[in-house]
This record gives sequence, C-alpha cells and structure tokens, in this order.
Amino acid sequence: MTQAVFWALIGMALVVLGLYALIVHAHLLRKVLALNIMSSGVFLVFIGLARRTPDADAPMAADPVPQAMVLTGIVVAVAATGLALALIVRLRALTGRTTLGDDMGD
Amino acid sequence: MLPVLAAPAWMLAVVFVPLAAALLCFLLPRRAVILGLVAAVLTAAVTFALTLEVAAAGTAHTLLGGWAAPLGILWRADGLSAALLAMTALVGVTVSLYAAAYFRDDAHARVFFWPLWLLLWTALNALYLSADLFNLYVTLELLGFAAVSLTALGGGAAALTGAIRYLLVSVLGSLSYLLGVALLYHSCGSVDIGLVAACIPDAPRPASQVAAAAMMAGLILKTALFPFHFWLPPAHGSAPAPVSAVLSALVVKASFYLLLRLWLDVLGGGGRWAAELLGLLGVAAVLWGSVLALRQERLKLLIAYSTVAQIGYLFLALPLAVAGGAAAWTGALYLALAHGLAKAAMFLSAGNLLRFGGHDRIAELDSAVHRLPLTLTAFALAGVSIMGLPPSGGFIGKWLLLKAAFAQGRFGLVVVILLGGVLAAAYVFKVVGHAFTPAARERRLRTVPPGMEWSALLLAAAAIVLGLTLPLISPLLQVGAAPAAMATAFAAWSAA
Amino acid sequence: MSALFDPRLPADALLPLLVLASSLLPGLVVFFLGEARVRTRTALNLGGAFLKLAMVGWMIWGVYHGQRYELRLPLLDDLDLVLRVGALSLLFLVLSAGLWLVTTVYAVGYLEHSPHRSRFFGFFSLCVTATVGVAMAGNLLTFLLFFEMLTLTTYPLVVHRGTEAAREAGVVYLTHTVLAGALLLAGTVWLYTLTGTLTFAPQGFVGDVADSHPAALTAIFALLIGGVGVKAALVPLHGWLPRAMVAPAPVSALLHAVAVVKAGAFGVVLIVYDVFGIEQAAALGVTGPLALVAAVTIVYGSLRALFQDDLKRRLAFSTVSQVSYIVLGVAIVGPLASVGGIVHLVHQGVMKITLFFCAGNLAETLGIHKVSEMNGVGRRMPWTMGAFTIAALGMIGVPPMAGFISKWYLSLGALEAGVHWPLYVLIASSLLNAAYFLPILHAAWMREPTTPWPEPATSAQSGSSARRLQPETGWLLLLPPLVTAALSLLIGLFASMPVSPLEWSLLIAEREFHYP
Repeated sequence: MTQAVFWALIGMALVVLGLYALIVHAHLLRKVLALNIMSSGVFLVFIGLARRTPDADAPMAADPVPQAMVLTGIVVAVAATGLALALIVRLRALTGRTTLGDDMGD
Repeated sequence: MLPVLAAPAWMLAVVFVPLAAALLCFLLPRRAVILGLVAAVLTAAVTFALTLEVAAAGTAHTLLGGWAAPLGILWRADGLSAALLAMTALVGVTVSLYAAAYFRDDAHARVFFWPLWLLLWTALNALYLSADLFNLYVTLELLGFAAVSLTALGGGAAALTGAIRYLLVSVLGSLSYLLGVALLYHSCGSVDIGLVAACIPDAPRPASQVAAAAMMAGLILKTALFPFHFWLPPAHGSAPAPVSAVLSALVVKASFYLLLRLWLDVLGGGGRWAAELLGLLGVAAVLWGSVLALRQERLKLLIAYSTVAQIGYLFLALPLAVAGGAAAWTGALYLALAHGLAKAAMFLSAGNLLRFGGHDRIAELDSAVHRLPLTLTAFALAGVSIMGLPPSGGFIGKWLLLKAAFAQGRFGLVVVILLGGVLAAAYVFKVVGHAFTPAARERRLRTVPPGMEWSALLLAAAAIVLGLTLPLISPLLQVGAAPAAMATAFAAWSAA
Repeated sequence: MSALFDPRLPADALLPLLVLASSLLPGLVVFFLGEARVRTRTALNLGGAFLKLAMVGWMIWGVYHGQRYELRLPLLDDLDLVLRVGALSLLFLVLSAGLWLVTTVYAVGYLEHSPHRSRFFGFFSLCVTATVGVAMAGNLLTFLLFFEMLTLTTYPLVVHRGTEAAREAGVVYLTHTVLAGALLLAGTVWLYTLTGTLTFAPQGFVGDVADSHPAALTAIFALLIGGVGVKAALVPLHGWLPRAMVAPAPVSALLHAVAVVKAGAFGVVLIVYDVFGIEQAAALGVTGPLALVAAVTIVYGSLRALFQDDLKRRLAFSTVSQVSYIVLGVAIVGPLASVGGIVHLVHQGVMKITLFFCAGNLAETLGIHKVSEMNGVGRRMPWTMGAFTIAALGMIGVPPMAGFISKWYLSLGALEAGVHWPLYVLIASSLLNAAYFLPILHAAWMREPTTPWPEPATSAQSGSSARRLQPETGWLLLLPPLVTAALSLLIGLFASMPVSPLEWSLLIAEREFHYP
C-alpha cells in the first residue's frame, strides 16, 4: 500500500462516517458537523491521491494544483457551515426546534 | 448589438455584469431595485448577444487570465451552453420585472432579494460557461448558497426548514461531485473537461468509474431525481413566488446540464446500463411526481411536484439517447428549456393567485381565478406546454422522445411518456377548472399589479412559441456537440 | 421547406392562413372586450364569420378551377405544418364556416343578458378556428395540433354554465378527450417512425410499409381511430357526449353539428382515405371491425335515444347514432357508400343543428326541457316546430330531405360492395329514428297542451297590430333554425346541382376510387 492509497482510504472512511452521521442524527448541529467531516474526507482524498510521484527519484514532487483547489474547497465549506449555522440559529429562535422534524409538505 | 466585441468579451460580460450588480446592490440597498432591473436587462442583452455570436460563429472560448489548461481555467460556450444561457436570461429578466413589483411593499425582502438573485444568476451563467471540473464545483456551490439563502427569504419556520434541508442536500451533492473530481484528477492529472475526456478511455478502471458514479450521484441528488426529490417540494413550495420560479425553472436545470455535460463531453455519451438505471428512476419520477402533484391541496406544492415529474422526463430520455438517438438528446434539452419557461410562468401565476386571495389552497381558488384572467391564461398556457400539447415546446420535446422510443421499440417508455402527459392534464385542469365555477365566497383581496400578470403571461407564451422555433434552435444545439467518435470509444470502454 | 411561404403563390398560400385568422383574431380581441360592449363584440364575430364564408366561397371557385391552396411552416426538423385546401377539406370548411355564421347569430340571441359573454364568444371563435384548422390539415401532425386545440377550446364552452353538473361534464369530457389525444399522438408518432412521412395523400401513404409491418399498422390504425373515435362518439367511447348536454344550446349545436363530433368523423374519413388509403385499409382487414363498431354505434345510439325523456339527451344519443353513418359509409369499402358517408357529414350537420336550435328555443321561450312537456307546443311555436319537423323527418330519411340522400347512397353502396347487413342496420336505425322522432312530432302538433304557456315577456306592452309581427320568440333565435331547416330541404331537393354537397362527395369519392 502506497502512502497515497493509505491517505485516500482514510479519506474515504471519513466520508462514509460523515454520511452515516448525516443520515442517522436528527440534531441539525450534528448534521452540520457530519458534513464537515465528510468534506474533510473528500479533501484528504484529493490531496492524498494527488501526491503522485511520477518520478521515483523525486519523492516530494507534490502537485500544487489540488492543494490550491482544496484551499478553495475549505473556504466553500466554511461558508456552508456559516450559512447553515445562521439558519439553524434563526430556526431555533423562531420555533425552539433544532431538528427538521417531519414537516414534509407543510 | 455591438459587432466590434468578440465572443470572449460577451462571455466575460455575461458573468461579470450580474456579479458587479450583485455587489453594488449589496452596497447600495436603497437603490437595489433600479440597479437590479438595469443589471437584469443588461445581462439578458449580453447573453442574447453571446447566443447570436455562438449561433453564427460556432463555439466560443476564453482563457481566464490568459492561462492555458491544465493550469488555467477555460470558459467555453457551445450550443448547449448558449441555449441554456438564453433560457436563463429570458426567465431571469422576466422574473426580475416580476420581483420588482412583488417585493415593492417588503423592504426587508427587497434588500436581500436583489443581491442574492443576481449572485444566483452569476453562478448559473458561470456554470454554463465553465469547461473545468473544479471551477464547475465552485459555481455549483455558489449557486447552492444563493438558492438556499433565497429560499429562506420568507423567514418563516417552513421557509427556514425547507432552506436548511435544501442546504444539507446541496452540500452533500456538491461533496459527492467533488469526490469524483478528486478521483478524476488522480487519474488524469487535470480538471479541464477536454483533457479529462481525452484521458478517460485509458484511465485506470475502478477509480474513473467510481469517480463517474460519485459525480453522477451528487448531481442526481441536486437535480432531485426520484427518489432524491424529497427536499424539493418543501423548498420550492415555501419560497416567495419569484424565488420558487427561479429554483424550479433554472437551478434544477443547472445540475441537469452539468450531468449532461459530463455524460456527453467527459464520459463520451455511452454507458448503457447507467442510462437504463437513470431512465428507470426517471420513469418512477414521472409517475410518482404526477400522482403526488394531483393529490396536493396547495397550488405551490402541486407545481413543485410537477417539477419532480418533469425532471423524470429529462432522465427518461437518457436510455433513448444513449441507444443512439441524437433526436432524443435534442428532445431532452427541449423539454428542459420548455419546462424552464413554463414552470417559471406557473410559479409566477401561483404568486399572483396567492397574493390576490391570501392563500393557495386549490379548492378555494375560485374567487381569485375569476378576477385574474390573465394570470389564469398564463397558468393554462404553461400547462399546455407541461402537458405536451402542440404546438408548445413541451410537445416538441415529447414528440422527439416518442419518436426515439418507437424507433427503438421501447413501448413501455412510450406508455410512460404519454401517461405523464395525461396526468399533467389532470393536475393542470384541477386548477384551471376553478375558472368556470362561480366564486363561492368573497374575501378581502389584495390587488395584483398588471406587471406581475403580464410577466407570467410572457413566459407562458414563450413556452408555447418555443414549439414553433425548433428549426432555429436545433442548429444552435448542434454547435460544438460532442463528436460521435467519442461516444463509440466510450461504449467500448464501458463494455470492456 | 425553410422558406415561410412559397414565393410563387404568396396570395394562395396566405388564404388558408387568413381563413384561420378570420376567427382567431376576433376571438382574441373579444377576450379583452368588456361585457357591456355588445355591439363591438357582435360586429367582430359576425364580421369574422362573413369574411370566413366569403374566403371559403372564393376557394371553392378556385378549387373548382384547379387552383391549389397550400401553406407550409417548418415545425420539426423534417416535418412541416401544412395547411392545404382540397375537395374534402372544402366540404368540411363550407360546413363549419356556414354553420358558424348561423350559430353566431343564434348565440347572440340566446346569450342576451347572460354573464361571461366575452369569454364565451372568445372560446367560441377559437373553437371554430380549431375546426377550420382540422379541415385544412395537410398532414397528420397539423391535424393533431388542431384536434388538440379543439379539445382545449371546447372545454370552457362545455363548462360555461359553471354549475356542478357542468363541472362534472367537463371532467368527463376532458378525461375522454385527453386520453384520446394521447392515443392519437402515439399512433401518429409510431406511423411516422415507420413511414417517414405524414402528408395526407389521396391513396394513403402507408403503401410502402404495408407488406413489411402489417401488425404494427393494424395497431396504429386502432390507435388513430381510438384517438378520433372519442370525438366521433363511437361506442364505447361516447360517454362524454350526452353529459356535455349541460352546455348552452348554441354550444350543443356547435359540438354536435360542426366542431367536435364532426371533427372526429372527419378524422375517421381522413385516416381511412388519406392516411391508409381505402384499399390498403381493406387489405389490412381493419375496415370490417370499423364497420362493425359503426353498426353497433348506430343501433345502440338509436336505442338509447328512444328511452330519453330529456329532449337534448335524446338528440345527443341521436347524434351518437347518426354520426356513425359517416363512419359506416367509409368502412363499407365502396365508392357509393363513401359518397353516402361523406355527404352525411354535411347533411347530418345541417339537420342536427336545426334540431338543437329548436330545442334551445323551446327551453329559452317556454322552459321546455323534456319530451313529455311538448304536448301541443306546435300551436304555440309553429315556426320552430316546423323547422324541427323538417329536420326530424330528414333524420328519419323521408325523401326528399337531405337525410334520404345519405341513406340512399349508403344502401346502394352496401349492395354495390356485395354486403347486405348494413342494409338491415340502416333499416333498423331508420325505424328507430322514426320511433323516437315521430312521437315528438305527434305530441307537438296533435295533442292538446297540458299546461298553459308562459306569456312572452315582450308581449305585455305590445298592441294588437304589433301582435301580428311579434314572432313566437326572438328573431335571432328563430331565423337560424329556419335557415338551416330550409337548407336541409334544399340540399336534398337540389342534390344533383353542380356544387351541392352530393356532387362534391362524388368528386371526392372519384378521386379516392378512380370511379368513372
């Protein structure tokens, strides 16, 4: 197992963990945390797999492009978290609820 | 138009005009309405200029900052992009006119609506122009955030709940897409669509297949294909009317466009089994969405479920198209365009009825539909297109799909396509029927400005006229379409 | 293909468009008129109707002299919208343009003082536009377009009264017609994938694929006939028609005589003649079942009519029965039968519209809705009942009325084709017609009135000298049935004149059969 594959697998595990948590937990804060863990997992996959060594002689030939991309991704994730938290706070202030409830179609 | 400007200039304008206006609206909230309207008209104008340019001179490219791929970001406008950009512009400018009247008395909503809506328009336009998988991710997220914020604009508990659910789904979908991008980058070392497409046939198998699956799954979630449609009706049903119109008509189309783009340009248009699976989900969506639409008691939810059904049609076309029906691709796109116009018209009409009567319970709409004949006409004409009756845009789309289905001997799909139309007629007439029964009760009513009625009618009429313009639009859609050779290459790859 | 108009004959290409526009534009304008602007609305409607009739007359002259009127608009990549005027379309055009004019006059009188008149006349005009479009359709796609437009524009007319019964009738009507539209669409697309063309041709256009796809073509035939059969009220697809009787009388008249039912029957004629070609259809073995359906419909409709006490419902079932004469004439493969069927398209229209006008007059003037209330009504309203009598006798087939000509040719055609059973169907149907019409006539003319008639509202202040000029009901209500009754007598009497419906039908049948 190369180092790249190792980090990718860790990342995938985080993604699966996050997805699981997103589905099973009703509390919105937990859902937001789950999404954050998922995005960390995706970033790890991105970075890990991109650490390719096309040349065996240059082990540290890290690819800077995905790092820039992941940086962008982190910014996006922070924005998403911020927006989600703002909405949740507002929802709690209005209704006292911190879950979505089964208000489908209402 | 100004012939001196080349296509790249129009492309930049298409994105930066609404972006600049969004920032200005944010900085100058008192002048938001006038700024927004000017920007909307301007954006629409440059979009139509770009569309004409693409139709006349073929696919346009521009490299942002002059950096070439694989490092730089490529923008590309082919026929598919141009058609969707033009539809967005038409819906956008009409919804802007409508919104100016709709939010007249609501200072709070007005201040937030304009920057968010222009930002959403920016994201849409950028998404249609991007030819770079990561840049597409960014536009997708931008689009999602703007859409979520707009959904929450109403501020009520229902709106907030709908918005939060929408946000969670949207981010989840984007992450799934990003995971695919990461895996593709690993395989191909680039995120440029052209470069990735070239490397796909030789890419290591499981990684690229997982990547394709992850991206597709994310986009399906965002497009609200059955059974991932659960988030759509609450979000679209609880937002203010112009927002619902934009969400149903445009935002859902964006992720469908991206899916189509990936399918055609990156994965080469093959993938028989994936197409069959998505087609099956599409069938389920058509039937389930239509039946639920029929059972709704509130107008906006009815329209929202109708969107679920109509999205089904777009996916139902995939197996037909992959099996070698170029006409089926055109049909699916035509349905997407027609649905965009018609559904926006429907939501705007619903907004008028809601404002007039103070509620949108279908059983009690009689007094409102009597007083707003123009709005009802808009709803009915939009309904004609949704039902797929001639000579509307919806009819052309269904005709092309039916033709492909018959040519391939897929009678099951024929039945579903027709049945969806019949069910659509049932739910449209459930509403329209009220126009002819005498109003049971009078209630305190708010007036509806004529601009709101006419903008709904304009979009509905456009959905009808779209049915007469296939000879104009069909060549546009062919501009820069993926060559057939790539499709066969992919077919070989996926069969192996 | 791509050019909007054929540059050589711009005026002749425009004429079909103008015929459409002569009712479309007034219809659209009328929607925006206030309820009170009666004069403007009436002027627009009548102006459009006269204009249309004049243009149709002009085209009769042109077609008689070998002129072709055709307009093409590109719609799909490889399919055009085609409006084309030939002998068959002209027959239907004359019928719809002529009867539209009469019905408009009647409707103006009938709907005086009733609400929502702008809406009514708007949809009324759109409905005629669709009918005229059906008549001029040059290919199946165009036919489909106007056929669906007809569905949408008649729905508001059916539910016009806005009562709960009207609403239910509207739901039944829509259920039938929308499903039928889906069948028609399916058949059309399927046919197109097989043949690659949809253009109507005198001997049909399926000849090239008839040998390779007989099963598919049979299925397509069933789909198409199912699609138009709902509007033609073929049993068992006729359920909507009697219910649609809740609509105002002019609507019933229009639905039964001109627009919906007739468009369906016309569709059957087109599908058998111009899509499949009569010989190809016979070779496929689909005309036999069609004839059977028609025969069942004829007998069933008559039988049901016999037991209706509601006058309009009795007329409705009579329509179910009579329209299938057209289908029967087409399905008995033979030139003379075709003549009988096609000419009945016109004859039934003229006679049935008279009957509905009269029924409307009875309802409006005296409040009579049921056959059992009609005792002695002939004395109170002799003119109306006179017109009713002429039309009813025509329906029964008494010579020299129009209906006789139809039945005569149908019988001759059956004998010519060497089949006898249609003859029995015709005889049975005629007896049944007599059985449900003659009691009405007897009651109206011979029996004593059971209850005193309500006095007409206007007669109170009129003196004895004005009394003589006072008609039994409004002039606008009285004139149309008199005109159409006279017409149904005249087209029977002068059936052998050069441009009579019969002569046109002979011309059409000649083209289809190369009949000497």
